[in-house]
Amino acid sequence: MIDVIDLRKSFGTNDVLRGINITINKGDIVCVIGPSGCGKSTFLRCLNCMEDPTGGSIIFGGVDIADMKVDINVHRRKMGMVFQQFNLFNNKTVIENIMLSPVYCAMEDRRKAQRKNTLNKIKNLFAKEKAEMLPLRPKAEIKTEARDRAMALLRRIGLEDKADVYPSTLSGGQKQRIAIVRALAMNPDVILFDEPTSALDPEMVGEVLDLMKALADEGMTMVIVTHEMGFAREVANRVIFIDEGKILEEAAPAEFFGNPKNPRLKEFLSKVL
Amino acid sequence: MGNFDKKIAKFIEIFIDQNGYVKVLEGLQNTLLIAILGLIIGTVIGTLIATVRVVPKYKTLPKVLNAICSVYVGFFRGTPMTVQLLLFYYVLLPLMGVRISGVNVSILVFSLNSGAYISEIMRGGIQSVDGGQMEAGRAVGLSFGVTMMKIVIPQAVKNIMPTMGNEFIALIKETSVVSFVGAADLYVAFNYIGSNSYEFMVPYLVMAIIYIALVMLITLGIKLMERRLAKSDRRN
Repeated sequence: MIDVIDLRKSFGTNDVLRGINITINKGDIVCVIGPSGCGKSTFLRCLNCMEDPTGGSIIFGGVDIADMKVDINVHRRKMGMVFQQFNLFNNKTVIENIMLSPVYCAMEDRRKAQRKNTLNKIKNLFAKEKAEMLPLRPKAEIKTEARDRAMALLRRIGLEDKADVYPSTLSGGQKQRIAIVRALAMNPDVILFDEPTSALDPEMVGEVLDLMKALADEGMTMVIVTHEMGFAREVANRVIFIDEGKILEEAAPAEFFGNPKNPRLKEFLSKVL
Repeated sequence: MGNFDKKIAKFIEIFIDQNGYVKVLEGLQNTLLIAILGLIIGTVIGTLIATVRVVPKYKTLPKVLNAICSVYVGFFRGTPMTVQLLLFYYVLLPLMGVRISGVNVSILVFSLNSGAYISEIMRGGIQSVDGGQMEAGRAVGLSFGVTMMKIVIPQAVKNIMPTMGNEFIALIKETSVVSFVGAADLYVAFNYIGSNSYEFMVPYLVMAIIYIALVMLITLGIKLMERRLAKSDRRN
């Protein structure tokens, strides 16, 4: 699903990623671990071009999205992202947070169809073969559908009573679960998690990890940068170790934690486990 | 102070009997028109410029736009309002063959001038919004412009309300220079009353009171608006 080929990223003279190659298949749950400053967050942020790669390519859905000419916004809609700091939109209520992008995208598609119809109307005046008009969904229907879906997602995480409050009133765990649901509302093919539990109080880590586990069980493709070794061991089907901008080890969790080969990984695991 | 009563009587005579109040109302209307339109158009200009200035700059177009905006802001912040008014009224517009009234020139100059100041205020406001908000917007597939408009600027506006109030107050007060280009504002009206009675003490005092009243009204209005905008950070 995602093919990363020789991905490189430098900030000025600082080479953070020095050639990363990995293939992420549908249904994969890849955990990325490594010491701080090793480039694991940068790697994740390059996957949806939140940081523009300096070199290499990222093939997603058959398109190289590292190419600056590609309309990245379209591809990002199929690539959810969850941040360490939640980043819920502070000026929107919870349900608006979830609905914003689905409604906007549907409206944009509608505008495009409308434009095409107008064009076809003009063409039909002259052409013999009449072009068919594209169906336009009513605006109200788009909104109701997005609202229903958002409510269903909120019900799933048991926060439907929080639909109309602003994020400032929520706990960290609630915010992060809503951020995950916001990503889900776009029906993404893959979700990227950037240390989703690192900014949480310890008693809230569980609820977020449980939700992620549930998504994993449903077959969602996920790439997770995390410090939760227990979670990585239990949920991931592949774990990768990044240090100094390269993937030094890539293995199934049992092998990765039970029988690490790379000396740096051995040293790292001995510190954190 | 013995003849203060007489001065007031004279002021009232001209103000009411000789239609002085018509002039004052006209002046008040122009003052408010110039300041309010200046603020509104200035806010639009300022927001656009601020957006240009925070766009990531690795392409040519943003770089060029950014350079144009810096020149613009540099000019309007670097010269006094009076000079700008004179320059537009007597130099720029005649050179372009445009003839418009003093009030319209004032509205134009006040808009451009406040646009320059508001762009910097707005830029500060935009930068005060956590960068994660922009990232989150981009991550759900919205473009830079849409995220800016729907997420970042609404939050920035909330942060800059007090400063914007300052800007509006400054604009109201600065309208007192538009008589340089023949626009009839409050100052012109009270000057007229004063000249007709050879008595300036009371007219200018009343003028000051009107300015203070205006500013107090604005302060109140801003307070109400801030309270409305604060609804998203109230815990309930």
